[in-house]
Amino acid sequence: MQHYDNIIIGAGHNGLVCAAYLAKKGQSVLVLEASDTLGGLAATREFYPGYKVGVAHSLSHFSAQIVSDLNLTAHGYIPGAPMPTIGLDLEGKHVVVTRDGLRGVSKKDLDSYIDYRQLLERFAGMLSPFWLKTMPRIGSKKFADLTTFAQLGLKLRLLGKRDMGEFMRVATLPARDLMDENFDSDLLKAVLSWDGLIGSKMAPRSPNATVLAMLYRMSGEHHGASSIPKDGIESLINALHLVLVNAGGQVRCNAPVTKINVKGDSTGLRATGVELADGEILHARRVISSADPKRTFLQLLGAEHLEIEFTNRINRLRCDGYVAKLHLALDGLAHFSGIDIPDGRMIVAPHMDSIEFAFDDAKYGGSPAQPVMEIVLPSINDSSMAPDGKHVLSAHVMYVPYSLKGGWTAEAKANLQDLTIDTIAQYSPNLRDRIVHAEFLTPEDIESSHHVTGGHWHHTELSMDQMLMMRPTYQAAQYATPIPGLFLCGAGSHPGGGLMGGPGHNAARHVLAAGKGL
Amino acid sequence: MKTDNKTQTSKLDPYAGERLKRSHFHPRQAELNLRDAWSSWNGYKFADYYYDEEYEYFCIRNSCATYDICPMQKYRISGADAHFMLNRMVTRDLNKLKEDRVTYVCWCTDQGRLIDDGTIFKLGSESFMLTCGSPSLAWLRKSALGFERLEITDLSDDLAALSFQGPTTCEVLKKMGLEGIQNLKPFNIMYFDIGGSSHKPLMVSRTGFTGDLGYELWIAPQLALTLWDELYAAGDDYGIQPYGEAATNMARLEAGFIMPGMEFNEALKTVNYQYDQTPFELNLDWLVDFNKPHFNGRSALLEERDRGPKYRLVKLDIAGNKPADESALYADQKCSVEIGYVTSAMWSPVVKANIALAMIDSDYIDGSIWAEIYYGKELRHHSKVVRCVLQNAPFWAPDRARLTPPPAF
Repeated sequence: MQHYDNIIIGAGHNGLVCAAYLAKKGQSVLVLEASDTLGGLAATREFYPGYKVGVAHSLSHFSAQIVSDLNLTAHGYIPGAPMPTIGLDLEGKHVVVTRDGLRGVSKKDLDSYIDYRQLLERFAGMLSPFWLKTMPRIGSKKFADLTTFAQLGLKLRLLGKRDMGEFMRVATLPARDLMDENFDSDLLKAVLSWDGLIGSKMAPRSPNATVLAMLYRMSGEHHGASSIPKDGIESLINALHLVLVNAGGQVRCNAPVTKINVKGDSTGLRATGVELADGEILHARRVISSADPKRTFLQLLGAEHLEIEFTNRINRLRCDGYVAKLHLALDGLAHFSGIDIPDGRMIVAPHMDSIEFAFDDAKYGGSPAQPVMEIVLPSINDSSMAPDGKHVLSAHVMYVPYSLKGGWTAEAKANLQDLTIDTIAQYSPNLRDRIVHAEFLTPEDIESSHHVTGGHWHHTELSMDQMLMMRPTYQAAQYATPIPGLFLCGAGSHPGGGLMGGPGHNAARHVLAAGKGL
Repeated sequence: MKTDNKTQTSKLDPYAGERLKRSHFHPRQAELNLRDAWSSWNGYKFADYYYDEEYEYFCIRNSCATYDICPMQKYRISGADAHFMLNRMVTRDLNKLKEDRVTYVCWCTDQGRLIDDGTIFKLGSESFMLTCGSPSLAWLRKSALGFERLEITDLSDDLAALSFQGPTTCEVLKKMGLEGIQNLKPFNIMYFDIGGSSHKPLMVSRTGFTGDLGYELWIAPQLALTLWDELYAAGDDYGIQPYGEAATNMARLEAGFIMPGMEFNEALKTVNYQYDQTPFELNLDWLVDFNKPHFNGRSALLEERDRGPKYRLVKLDIAGNKPADESALYADQKCSVEIGYVTSAMWSPVVKANIALAMIDSDYIDGSIWAEIYYGKELRHHSKVVRCVLQNAPFWAPDRARLTPPPAF
């Protein structure tokens, strides 16, 4: 009987990152993936013959530390150049945002942007070491925990009196206030607030973690600018896979885990392995789940093995996704008025109110009357995504509720797909003529195709009460769970979701440190 | 003339919704409540005593007496997951509980703080009844999260229950026609016919809260008064008498049973940090089964077991005859080192001793213990400091409470 050191549930990027670190330390690792493709939400798959796309269509903050630790660039991953973010305007007066500057705005907005950008970068710089650290346990007197607390305090203090005060003020500020304080252009404000909102159940007027989410994204190589690797996101996933396999790790696709097995005796409970859908039982010293916390604890493990208040806290995690996905197979390039080559990240959100109104619809279970979205044509940067001369359009459509009033009927879906295409066509007049095939995925679809509760990008909402040492909830916020032998390594753990790799990296380090005592 | 019943009621009684509910035995109990000494329990009109608390106490110890447990909370938990859900909730191992048996249990928060104690009746392989003093539906529902094949029904208002306690109870039930009742062992359940029935609607468990021989009788509300009348007819020669809260409190203290609001503060109602208790502090170690791989609060309780509880509930035999109600306890006669407090105290007629339950700082448990007792004498206040002796054996545990069949009268 094969007995692994580690079984990892899910071959999303976090599962692979965690597995690669462990395998490189000489541990035996088996990664089990439910679907037929590696990468989870970042998996690239053919949605129409010859046309490929993934739920994640760009990178914004994949950890440079992980790229270097795992030597990913030697395994086929070539980071892409930062893409400009383009706020689309109906009259072609687009706003173009890059790290260094802006186009299409007043001199005043441009000057403000330079200061604003520098301030946020100082904040992001202060926070960046903490995304790759295990957060201290509340009430813990352990040296490592106290040190992290002390470092956080010191880093904050080192910002200087003025910046520290400003950080405390803006960290939980609604994006709207931050934008109104700094800028005049409505379109610019909408575009800049976007990165604090996308993927979450928050809009410009929501106080919470929108600024923190922006800073989290800014931890990446290009300070939060999106990019597409030279050979697509697939090349990142393939590089992780290659590192893992070279280090002796194994991956099995089409191997859905249905149960985390637990042994109980007078010494308590311990995870012993997993059971697959076909009844196969696999044994391991540790089970490390990159599945979301709700699925891991309530479906795979079972409440019976958990404590009552803990179970209820897990059940109350907010996991409803609010982003739908539109995929279009195009038989030629879609032209966007006023843009030569649409190779940037385009945002349809004329002003912050457009975002807010779409959110208002969604939060009461409605479908947005005027959807806001982020559009990328990944085939421009990576020609393997579509046949020669053809293209793929990928859009994240925001504020599409997981639970739609009346349910996601075929009609409701078709209507929203049409509305979304019409909305894009306002900026791209030849779009409709180019469409060969369209696919629209609601959060509900993403849930079932990718085995993610609520279809949520971050597995569970990235908000103050579910961040840092509360992510996903205390007693499971340090990658270890209340069940010995069971660990978390997915987006539901600190630092959170997005293609970043932090949870996988941190979990591996925690497992290795804990393993020294075993 | 046809009138709306609701409107009619509210016209007659504008406080209708505020009034205490009437127990299924109320018509008979009201007649016997000679002193109109009513208070309330879980929203029911409930007797403190009926005639005289000491008389009722002596009935429990010397003949037989009934105590209305209709207001007690009763829940049916049934379905394929019922066993698993309950076994994870309580600290005892329910795998050891057989059908038609009852067991005393307690349950804790994740942090191992005591929420409540009660009894679980195993009525069938997938059917249980949980009884307890305070409403617990919210906790049961929380505990049920993640168990699909499960139904929880609040039976509190829909099941009449009467506790029947005292040395002559078995005799009276025999006389009432409950054939074979003498063979019912402690914590066992049997079913009987009553009032000419043929489907055995009366459930009898050999349980109680007095530490004496006794039974609890469970029946559908529509048969409650039939049960009462048959029982009181049979018990007439045996001095049957209803008793209230006051006599219960005396009997349970002699038996060493804990009461919420006295020995422990229910964890879910406790505001101040650790002003609630753990099973170890309450001397309920025997209820905590660490051979069970998992139950709520296990890891916190394991830590506490290894560290040793901060406090311990102890039984005290106190010098003199003045009850040590609410006394502070000290390690020295000068009262300079305070080490605990008395939770319940009484002069016990049956033990003929001045007894008390008390919480004591575990560090001082083996040293000398002194109680500062305040008492009144014809309007004047007096106080004295007296020595207390720790007692390990129960104050009161008569053989008849355990013997099957119980001694005949």
